[in-house]
Amino acid sequence: MTDATTVPDEQKQKKPPSRFRTAMSGTAGITFLSIVMALVIGAFFIAFSDPAVQEASSYLFAKPMDTISAAVTSVVEAYKALLTGMLFDPDATSLVDALKPLSETITMATPLILGGLSVALAFRAGLFNIGAEGQIILGSIFAAYIGFQFNLPWFIHLLLAVVGAFIGGAIWGGIAGFLKAKTGAHEVITTIMLNWIAIYLVAWLLTKPSFLREGRQDPISPPVAESAEYPSIFDEWRVHGGIIVAILAAAGVAWLLDKSTLGFQFRAVGANANAARTAGMNVSRMYLLVMLIAGGLAGLAGSAQVLGTEKSLTGGISAGIGFDAITVALLGRANPWGVVAAGLLFGGLRAGGLNMQTATGTPIDIVLVIQALIVLFIAAPPLVRSVFRLPETGGAGFMQTAKGWNG
Amino acid sequence: MSVAEAPAPEALPEVHIVPPTPRLVKVLIGLGIFAILVFGFFTPAGKDVTFQLTLGEEALALPDLTLPAKISAIVFSVIALLGAVGALFAARKERPLWPYTTVFGIFFVLGFLSWAVAGNTINLVGLLQGSLLLAVPLVFGAMSGILCERAGVINIAIEGQLLTGAFMAAVVASLTQNAYLGLLAAPLGGLFIGLLLAVFAIKYWVDQVILGVVLNVLAVGLTSFLYGRLLAPNQETWNSPPTFSPIAIPVLSDIPIIGPILFNQNIVVYLMYVIVIIINIALFRTKWGLRVRAVGEHPQAADTVGIKVNSVRFRNVLLGGLVAGLGGAFFTVASVGAFGKEMTAGKGFIALAAVIFGRWKPMGALAAALFFGFADNLQSVLSIIGTPIPSEFMLMTPYLATLLAVAGLVGKVRAPAADGIPYKKS
Amino acid sequence: MKLELRNITKKFGDFAANEDISLTVNPGEIVALLGENGAGKSTLMNVVYGLLQPTSGEILVNDVREEFSGPGDAMTAGIGMVHQHFMLIPPFTVAENVMLGHEHTKGAFLDLDAARSEVRRVSEAYNLQVDPDALVEDLPVGVQQRVEIIKALVRDAGILILDEPTAVLTPQETDELLGIMRDLKAKGTSIVFISHKLREVQAAADRIVVIRRGRVVGEASPSATKSELAGMMVGREVSLTVDKPPANPGAPVLQVANLSAADLEGRPILRDLNFEVRAGEILGVAGVQGNGQTELAEVLTGLYEGEVTGSIVMDGQELTGRTPRQILDGGLGYVPEDREHDGLISSFTVTENLVLDQFANPPYSSGGVLKSSVIDKRADELIEEFDVRTQAAAAPVSSLSGGNKQKVVMAREMSRELRVLVASQPTRGVDVGSIEFLHKRIVAERERGAAVLIISSELDEIYALSDRIAVMYRGAIIGVVGPETSRDEMGLLMAGVTND
Repeated sequence: MTDATTVPDEQKQKKPPSRFRTAMSGTAGITFLSIVMALVIGAFFIAFSDPAVQEASSYLFAKPMDTISAAVTSVVEAYKALLTGMLFDPDATSLVDALKPLSETITMATPLILGGLSVALAFRAGLFNIGAEGQIILGSIFAAYIGFQFNLPWFIHLLLAVVGAFIGGAIWGGIAGFLKAKTGAHEVITTIMLNWIAIYLVAWLLTKPSFLREGRQDPISPPVAESAEYPSIFDEWRVHGGIIVAILAAAGVAWLLDKSTLGFQFRAVGANANAARTAGMNVSRMYLLVMLIAGGLAGLAGSAQVLGTEKSLTGGISAGIGFDAITVALLGRANPWGVVAAGLLFGGLRAGGLNMQTATGTPIDIVLVIQALIVLFIAAPPLVRSVFRLPETGGAGFMQTAKGWNG
Repeated sequence: MSVAEAPAPEALPEVHIVPPTPRLVKVLIGLGIFAILVFGFFTPAGKDVTFQLTLGEEALALPDLTLPAKISAIVFSVIALLGAVGALFAARKERPLWPYTTVFGIFFVLGFLSWAVAGNTINLVGLLQGSLLLAVPLVFGAMSGILCERAGVINIAIEGQLLTGAFMAAVVASLTQNAYLGLLAAPLGGLFIGLLLAVFAIKYWVDQVILGVVLNVLAVGLTSFLYGRLLAPNQETWNSPPTFSPIAIPVLSDIPIIGPILFNQNIVVYLMYVIVIIINIALFRTKWGLRVRAVGEHPQAADTVGIKVNSVRFRNVLLGGLVAGLGGAFFTVASVGAFGKEMTAGKGFIALAAVIFGRWKPMGALAAALFFGFADNLQSVLSIIGTPIPSEFMLMTPYLATLLAVAGLVGKVRAPAADGIPYKKS
Repeated sequence: MKLELRNITKKFGDFAANEDISLTVNPGEIVALLGENGAGKSTLMNVVYGLLQPTSGEILVNDVREEFSGPGDAMTAGIGMVHQHFMLIPPFTVAENVMLGHEHTKGAFLDLDAARSEVRRVSEAYNLQVDPDALVEDLPVGVQQRVEIIKALVRDAGILILDEPTAVLTPQETDELLGIMRDLKAKGTSIVFISHKLREVQAAADRIVVIRRGRVVGEASPSATKSELAGMMVGREVSLTVDKPPANPGAPVLQVANLSAADLEGRPILRDLNFEVRAGEILGVAGVQGNGQTELAEVLTGLYEGEVTGSIVMDGQELTGRTPRQILDGGLGYVPEDREHDGLISSFTVTENLVLDQFANPPYSSGGVLKSSVIDKRADELIEEFDVRTQAAAAPVSSLSGGNKQKVVMAREMSRELRVLVASQPTRGVDVGSIEFLHKRIVAERERGAAVLIISSELDEIYALSDRIAVMYRGAIIGVVGPETSRDEMGLLMAGVTND
């Protein structure tokens, strides 16, 4: 890559780009434009797969406006449902009902933020934690067991279950960290493998009498005790205290990275492990520690699922959150508060997507497409700049720090 | 001035390096002893185990083999251990290990079966035939991984490529009511993901692991969305593809045991044989292969002799997409027919595991994929006849094996040197 | 073949690596391109070889204008290049490496026999001995270089570019290479020989072209004196002598006894080293690169990943088996040879890099929490003291020049009370002004009473700084001599030849 500060000669003679266009070419601008591009492409998918549009297109040449208006209607309806499902319900009769979509957004965002923090923290230490999915499962197992097995006063029970979730995730992340530290095994490979091992582990546990709910054949555990549940505000809202844990975790990760000696070492190891080692840091120990903490954060995401949203352990408890968390961390650019924002956006897309599916019949899976496209675009700023003919500022890239399987 | 004579390099004593015993051999010996102790000790005395050697439809029928379970468990385990010891001597003399490890593998499995099946009957031919079938998408996926990674591009998107391939095959076969057209369309599904991988990895230098993860999300999202929108509401037109039936190859399919396993399969399996052989030969014996490996090991060096590094990579990633897409057809037109949401269920990741476990070699990956397919099929067979091991643990086998492999338990695993590192001309 | 460059300019952004360079190489002529590291020699040759495209200017081969879109075009035109870092695929055989890019085939398959006989043909014709079936990764560097030359000759190169070919060779291997060059010349090959080593340039070249800061600053004949050439190269008369008072060594601070090391594959790297460094003394470690010097520094600092036996005692404390952290805190300062790779974190600020190995100690942090005000204040002091030219203390260290980056590393290591300073290639790739500064600081450290170990592959630097010189050859210290030892004698030692 050429130096960011140098500008080729030809551009110097040209009129300098407007301040607005330069700003759009920066990190925030690229992020915004990526979201726009993803939504536009998503719109095409929605329009062209709509049966009404297909019907109209059968006489496209006779009445082209029919097709276009059917397509526009289809997209507008779908995205309107998506937006109202994210923020508020204009048809509701009470404020509590009107804000129910927002509650859903935050509910969905809570585990995404915690999982995203897990991926982001590891990322800052130079590790790519694809294992949030498995770590969430382990956290869920621990939280659920403590939640339904014991009988303790409120708060103490909750605290114990949350700590258990952290430990469960930390164990699973720690295995990858340990293997990386001791044998150099690539964390991407080990965390992928550990995800699947966790999936079969929970499936097996839920066949055992100690975990399977009495009288049930399908994989579901007994409900966690009320004393171990995250508290909620209104019965109508599913949003729960897990979001407070998520915000505190974000603040904690931000403090860790910026203010603590441990975080300094994480960042040093992530930016140049050789120099960190030469400066006397124990790189292996950092790999182990960061994976323990990252795993713990993902475990907390499991606690949000088990103690807040689902209230029992199921075979599909992780629900792909661990993979979505990767996109959350990337959109948040591995910055703790960026992760919170990205988690809220993707949580909103999940919540809104459900509303869109029930209201317009557009499958919620389009949300995955939009999510993947957003991350693809922010990973390739030159592509976005060329689409919008923005000036090359050289910034906004951060996912080009590729290292191979061997290092 | 004159050219000075170089001093003799023998000025200092050289230390001869004795080849250390490979980790793999130590592990095998350990497993052999474990087998004797566990299978030998825990198999109940007085029970028989029956191995069926035919499917019942062959011209030449072999009789069933009924053995006393405890004795056979011990004998097979001892033979396995002898194989491991043989490998030890082979390693000392720097001879190839594979004949001994093969003996170990076969008899370790037989010892295991004597224990697990004691008191019951198991059809070995059926077991192996099913194993081969389950390995088919893994093999295609692994070949895709090898094509990409040998050229220096990490492919974690195998899962997505299989899924889009399966989808394309189902849709095209349904619309045309022709399974062969579905088979032809499947590679295009994989190609789509391969194209995105190539463009973003090679042109925009996006981290290839991140890219693979995101492309998998995209593939799941796209196929599930289109499934929900088009396929599910119109099963008749969009999602009822015809499927292939097995084609028995004359003469070959009549060979006892291996005939029905290898030569009475459908066309996708035969395509797999062809593709593995072609890739293996092409990679190591042709100009193309030499260049691909050069690009994956040391792209600058390849560039300085006039090889267009990024076009070699681009082509290979697209080729990988085609191969994985073809493998995706297995899920639909070559087995159950209809497409289902996320129906690849992690097979792409097992294929990735096979690439690594097989050390980026086509034959190694093939062996790994067959082993993983065997573990998968054994699990479902044993869960029917009842087994001392929970089926979930058998399903973990590929992942555990790979975890142990990358942790160095079976020796050093080394990827192509430039795998995953974008080539940027300064 | 004749090569002519007309007004070649190559810019990277605003920075001109080559400016208006014109140069002619006549058939059968050896032209040396002489210049300091970073003068733009390699960039120019990469342009000639088609790896880079010139911003402006023309390349003519045998008076025909050529445009190269890649190395393939340059090769077709008859240009071959041996790169400073070899362009060989380690797991391939010699024959495979030689044929890569213009493979012989028999039907669909590679024809390895043809490749082997081609290698043999060239190696016999030019007396370049090599086994075509050997794996390149098993060959010594001198032989690998031969493979590189064969690669070029097999493609009928009439013009051969050699980029710093002697950097990794012993003096005797270097002489062999110079002989090969003369043989090639006699057979009509034109050679461009890039180097910054005066002796070799004078021994080999018919004509010397000197490049400084991307421009041709003059031409000289090989009979010019060394000081004339050096003056042209750096732009002013420099004497690489450091004003230092006579050494006044005290008690031994660093004592190394029976020190051996083997790499992870069990190959011996260091062989039974015994030496000591006293307080107030500079011990220089000389040797051709790759004879164990790098590993010696890593072993001393606890960074070496391999088996280490023997003992290293600093101030009465045994260092083997300790972690780098413990060794650094025990009073050892370490300047690694590759500052980009091991010395600095380029995305971190200057301030952060200045406390990279001290952040966990008081007063920079307490209870695991960084004290940023203390750190900032200390960084400002060090930037001042070491004259680090940076826009701001909070600027990323990647924005600094090589010399200033090295000052950051030095400042960090010298900012605490050192008992021992180990500095590897302390002035590599650093501008002349910074070299003087860094050398003075090293001597000042000696005067303060530290035991100093300098590892350098630049003999001039070794002579300028050392009170005693240890010469390493194939992992062993083959002799410890005084700074008055002649260069010829030193060359023999570096090649492993001892008097007894």
